[in-house]
Amino acid sequence: MKITRVRKSVIAIAAGALLLSGCSSSDSDSAGGAYAGPIQDTPGTINVLAWPGYAEDGSTDPNVDWVTPFEKETGCTVNVKTYGTSDEAVQLMQSGGYDVVSASGDASLRLIFGGDLQPVNLDLIPNYADVFDNLKDRPWNTVDGANYGVPHGRGANVLQYTIDKVKPAPTSWSVVWEPNSPLKGKITAYDSAIYIADAAVYLMSTKPELGITDPYALDQTQFDAAMALLKQQKPLVAEYWADYTKYVAAVQAGSIVAGTSWQVIANVLNGEKSTVGAVKPKEGATGWSDTWMISKNTESIDCAYKWLNWIISPATNAQAAEYFGEAPANSKACALTSSKTHCESYHAEETDYWSNVYYWKTPTEECLDGRTDVKCIPYAEWVKAWSSFRNS
Amino acid sequence: MSFATTTRRYFHAHVWARISALLSLPIAWLGVLYIGSLAALFITSIWRIDTFTSKVVREFTLSNFIDVLTDKAYFNVTVRTVGVAIAVTIICAVLAIPMAFFIARVAKPKSRPVLIALVITPLWASYLVKIYAWRTMMAPDSGFLNWLVEPLGLSSPGFGMLAVIIGLSYLWLPYMVLPIYAGMEKLPDSIIDASADLGAKPGRTFLKIILPITWPAIIAGSLFTFSLSLGDYITVQILGGTFQMLGNVVYQNFALNLPFAAAVALIPVIVMIVYLASVRKTGALDNL
Amino acid sequence: MNLSRTARIVLWGFMGFGLSFIYVPLMLVVINSFNKNKSFNWPPTGFTTMWWTKAATNPGVKDAILLSVLTATFATVIALILGSLAAAAIARYKFFGRDVISLIFVLPIALPGIVTGIALNNVFTNFFGGLTFFTIIIGHATFCVVVVFNNVAARYRRMGASFEEASMDLGANRITTFRLVTFPMIRNALVAGGLLSFGLSFDEIIVTTFTAGAGQTTLPIWIFQNLFRPNQAPIVNVVAAALIVVSIVPIYLSQRLTQERK
Repeated sequence: MKITRVRKSVIAIAAGALLLSGCSSSDSDSAGGAYAGPIQDTPGTINVLAWPGYAEDGSTDPNVDWVTPFEKETGCTVNVKTYGTSDEAVQLMQSGGYDVVSASGDASLRLIFGGDLQPVNLDLIPNYADVFDNLKDRPWNTVDGANYGVPHGRGANVLQYTIDKVKPAPTSWSVVWEPNSPLKGKITAYDSAIYIADAAVYLMSTKPELGITDPYALDQTQFDAAMALLKQQKPLVAEYWADYTKYVAAVQAGSIVAGTSWQVIANVLNGEKSTVGAVKPKEGATGWSDTWMISKNTESIDCAYKWLNWIISPATNAQAAEYFGEAPANSKACALTSSKTHCESYHAEETDYWSNVYYWKTPTEECLDGRTDVKCIPYAEWVKAWSSFRNS
Repeated sequence: MSFATTTRRYFHAHVWARISALLSLPIAWLGVLYIGSLAALFITSIWRIDTFTSKVVREFTLSNFIDVLTDKAYFNVTVRTVGVAIAVTIICAVLAIPMAFFIARVAKPKSRPVLIALVITPLWASYLVKIYAWRTMMAPDSGFLNWLVEPLGLSSPGFGMLAVIIGLSYLWLPYMVLPIYAGMEKLPDSIIDASADLGAKPGRTFLKIILPITWPAIIAGSLFTFSLSLGDYITVQILGGTFQMLGNVVYQNFALNLPFAAAVALIPVIVMIVYLASVRKTGALDNL
Repeated sequence: MNLSRTARIVLWGFMGFGLSFIYVPLMLVVINSFNKNKSFNWPPTGFTTMWWTKAATNPGVKDAILLSVLTATFATVIALILGSLAAAAIARYKFFGRDVISLIFVLPIALPGIVTGIALNNVFTNFFGGLTFFTIIIGHATFCVVVVFNNVAARYRRMGASFEEASMDLGANRITTFRLVTFPMIRNALVAGGLLSFGLSFDEIIVTTFTAGAGQTTLPIWIFQNLFRPNQAPIVNVVAAALIVVSIVPIYLSQRLTQERK
């Protein structure tokens, strides 16, 4: 009798496991229709998933806060969570619980096609009208005519260096890639598979014979060359960073003196006095253009729309773009930045500057540069190669 | 007869009823929820993900296992992780055994709870803060360690495998001291005295008498240090520089490639199960 | 017990080194909580108590501590109930599959936390609809059960069944026996196990990362988010220093309780 009982429970456990795994999570539907509106004044709570510096609520610096004014004006409560890489953003959005996300181009399409977002009804967002035309209806946030969000701003991944320790000021990425770099052991690199594109950008200048035109469209030969460059770089690297606060602390402690960075990190480091410089080197750089998007399953749709309208309003967009150090998306923001040359320094109204900034996007097997004679490496393979490389 | 009496008599007469009553709730929790979720996780390792959206696709494939087994990087990281776990266990044991012996045998009985409390208190200081303290201590140019050894002409080892081993040994030392202390406490004085009477020097007594008797307790402590080191990823992120261990591989891939992460997660699980099975005979599991 | 002088010196040496090894980093934490410089370079340039006042008024810390206390309490209560039930069954009865079940009760601590974390996360996000306050408690209770189980089972074994048998021979039924004989004897193990379980849950970060919902910030999560932030890192040190001080007394008490009365 006892034997049967134990066996029964074993069978039960196994069956339970199979049942648990057999039940399917909801498969990606095609996107439902956008919210028709009109926006109500229903109070609610939104969980905002944002790049650091995009949705400041006073916790980093009590004087930097455009979340609390929003809460006061709308009665909506906002909880901000920051993330370090686009991969983290995709995973967090997929696991649910977030209403709004600021996604870069390498996350946005994955979220759209994964069924995690809802299209956005731009008529309900009056401030959208003032967005720069060349940021509207971009391929990374508009699919089949349906818009999935509003742009936040754009910027390049800069080369940051500690002024006292790196002389003369660098103008090329060679200080982080070349084996004889004087900064060996004190370099940092971004801890995400998307960094392979940065290697590709460097190869575009140093090995033009490879024929790379788009760092996200790499065939096998080009990809292998990029991975080889990364392996060459590894002995130079002190740490790979994905948490910007850890990066700031490491620079302050002196264990990192140069590497790829965001302007906001340099701004935080230069808070009290100028300690680091940040440049876009002559080879160009990867960059990002971010979109605020709404989750498919949000329970506070009115608050979500209100947030989108608020964050791209001229005043807030100016504040955010200035704090982070990027080009704003709203054309009226340029007049409202406290530094009158902000838009000029960040090239918000130019086009030349952006010609060698390669916005993050998700590599696919179908080459993004239009080539049809070869297959390009899709992002899943980038991730595998990156994981293997980091653990070798 | 009242209902209460009938049930009582029923339970009294039937052992299995008592056992089931006691075990049903715990087994439902650990057996169904915990083991079930482990099973659900490991089943995903035979599936794959959609290469674009990173969502799990329930199609049978062995590619995850092939990747883990054929890519040399994962073999290397497994070897390094097990190596670190062994190093940490040895360091903790070398420190913990004399300490436990001291507290159990040399210290006055009144001071024993104080000493044990002193050893255990760090468990209540946040794990993260302790590791961060080590980070600031081991910072290459500006850390405390550097300041300490600079006059000797040395410098801090900086962030890397050695820092991780030191950090992990620091974290898990109390987990090793506790079971060994419990084991040492049970040592009868008479055996040690007898050994001395028979002419054995303290070193020999230690090796031939004390160590074998407390061996199960030492193994019990090693279960903690080994398993905690095998899966750790936070200490590695903070103290490791570019060094990576199995926990990091799982953590990096869990987000967007759960099947692969599950396949990698099987490695530490298999290692621990093998270790558990081989130490069952020593009776260590009774000493936890 | 007689020990040679060398043996004594060696043992005192190890004890001294061990205790310094344990406490130097903790002393650094306490010193840094008074450090004027936010980047904690050594040696510190100046001292201040402002971080302590900031910590006392920081709402994030208070909410995090409250959440951690709540989850640890709930998890410990569940662990106490399940752990003692299981310990009673395993320690007092022989049945087929007892070894297997003993093994199951070691697994949550024997298997790395990250495995438990991602397994539970997978189940919670796919079948429970998401991560909430309760999913944290479930995650914590799962490994806390082990600690309680170990403590209580050990106590049962040391106790021996004779007291309970004597009680029943004298006419008490099982429930009365438990109430008047067994419970007082395992009470100390329950307290020790409960304290250890509370401590484990309070400081747990790995499983919590995977089972906490969007807005759920337990103290370890709060610390993790603020560890490197220039304006918040010193507050983290204050919290840690305070935790160390606050926990010494309960730990000492629990050690007194579990001491074998000789």
